[in-house]
Amino acid sequence: MIEYLQILGQEVYKIVFVLVPILVSVAMIVWLDRRVWGLVQKRKGPNVVGPFGLLQTLADALKYIFKEIIIPASANKIVFILAPIVTMTLALVAWAVIPISENLVLSDINVGILYLFAVSSLGVYGIIMGGWASNSKYPFLGAIRSAAQMVSYEVSIGIIIINVLLCVGSLNLTDIVLAQKKLWYVIPLFPMFVIFFISALAETNRPPFDLPEAEAELVAGYQTEYSGMMYAMFWLGEYANILLMCAMGAILFLGGWLPIMDIYPLNVIPAPIWMIVKILFLFLLFALVKAIVPRYRYDQLMRLGWKVFLPFSLIYLVLTASFLFYFDKLPKGNL
Amino acid sequence: MIVHSIFFYFFSVIAIFSSLMVITSRSTINSVFFLILDFISVGCLFIMVGAEFLGMILLIVYVGAVAVLFLFVVMMLNVAEQKQSWFIGKKSTHIPTGLIVSVLILLELLVVVGGWKYKEDVMSSSSLVFSNISNTHQLGLVMYTDYILYFQLAGIVLLLAMIGAILLTFRERIGVKKQSYFKQVSRSPSTAVELKDVKFNEGVKIDD
Repeated sequence: MIEYLQILGQEVYKIVFVLVPILVSVAMIVWLDRRVWGLVQKRKGPNVVGPFGLLQTLADALKYIFKEIIIPASANKIVFILAPIVTMTLALVAWAVIPISENLVLSDINVGILYLFAVSSLGVYGIIMGGWASNSKYPFLGAIRSAAQMVSYEVSIGIIIINVLLCVGSLNLTDIVLAQKKLWYVIPLFPMFVIFFISALAETNRPPFDLPEAEAELVAGYQTEYSGMMYAMFWLGEYANILLMCAMGAILFLGGWLPIMDIYPLNVIPAPIWMIVKILFLFLLFALVKAIVPRYRYDQLMRLGWKVFLPFSLIYLVLTASFLFYFDKLPKGNL
Repeated sequence: MIVHSIFFYFFSVIAIFSSLMVITSRSTINSVFFLILDFISVGCLFIMVGAEFLGMILLIVYVGAVAVLFLFVVMMLNVAEQKQSWFIGKKSTHIPTGLIVSVLILLELLVVVGGWKYKEDVMSSSSLVFSNISNTHQLGLVMYTDYILYFQLAGIVLLLAMIGAILLTFRERIGVKKQSYFKQVSRSPSTAVELKDVKFNEGVKIDD
């Protein structure tokens, strides 16, 4: 038993060392997002608090903490309070399997990619619970939209993941990265990378697919009734999810912690830095899309998901499988 | 080992408690939430016995998709009121039907549990000679070799169910204008704008 407690202590220590950097980087990417958004629109963005405005998010969080939490009288209190907690927890729990470098991973499980997929598909519950428990029209409409959207785009993300898995032959995230030593999958599977990126935008309710919180139609969607720290938790969970999707894209297509080329000046840079650079690159694309592209109409969004992405990724799956089979390149695994 | 059993009892108690709550709780929404909790704890039990693939698939399919649809239905239709009317209404056909179905399920369960004793040894299957490969690999080896026929059949059944559901809910709406993206994008300014002489008292017919 004491042995077990020791192990538990070590694990808690490790978990804290993963969680704290993630929370700090979530705060930083919120700043980066607003900054990029501002620069695209020829504004300055947040630049007052701290150097370059870096502490803006901390100031915002402090403000949220001291605000009163208002729970609507007709709301279902338990579910209402549970919703932001669920969103935040699920967004952070997924980081357990993300490998930052070959040995730097909290738990290197066999079915890592399935775990990631499962956790990201559970993310919809925070939104549905929040929308329903508010007992108000706009949050409910927003929640229903968001749930339909997330379930639809999960399908194509699933098929894209299968595309990658066909080339790797393993569900382990470390194996997926190591299989890209010679060639990043972004090159042979480039169309899948594009579809993955767009589906990730839809999955995290980012513009141009931010219909659940389309302010012109639905006030603020499922977050309308939330205030103070509970709103901030939704918001932190959302950004942690975005960061997670970027990490997933980096692992599946951009070769995770591997350097661009295995030559002298590049392979001296430590692996975690490569991983962070790739995540930041993808996040920069997310931020640019938010600033540039106008919002989709809801039926266009559904059409894109079901009638364009799903058939296209299915056909690409068949092509990938036939290519691998015909040229005898199917991974043999550890048999 | 003690820790393992502590976790086992922890998850099983949650699973049993939440499955009881599914059928006893008053509010249908709470029932669905308890159902989700039940799925998650059963998934954890799967992972504990080493069937991590099954556990994850249970989470993805049941919690990620099926339970979301349940929640949708329960939230959109006011099921609670309907349930009230079933019990208050004089001629209720739901309770006898439900009883018949549950008695049938009980009998089936008895047959399955009884038949378990006489089951063939699954592990003697030809492909399962490797012992140090992962759970997912083993599943793949058996599913696509020995049981390929059943696997394909299950797929066809699901496909049929999907086509059936679409056919049942499909209705052709007449007089609805549909947007053709191709037509819209391939229009040129010369075809898009048209000058017309409007005759007095007749007007212009815009649609064709």
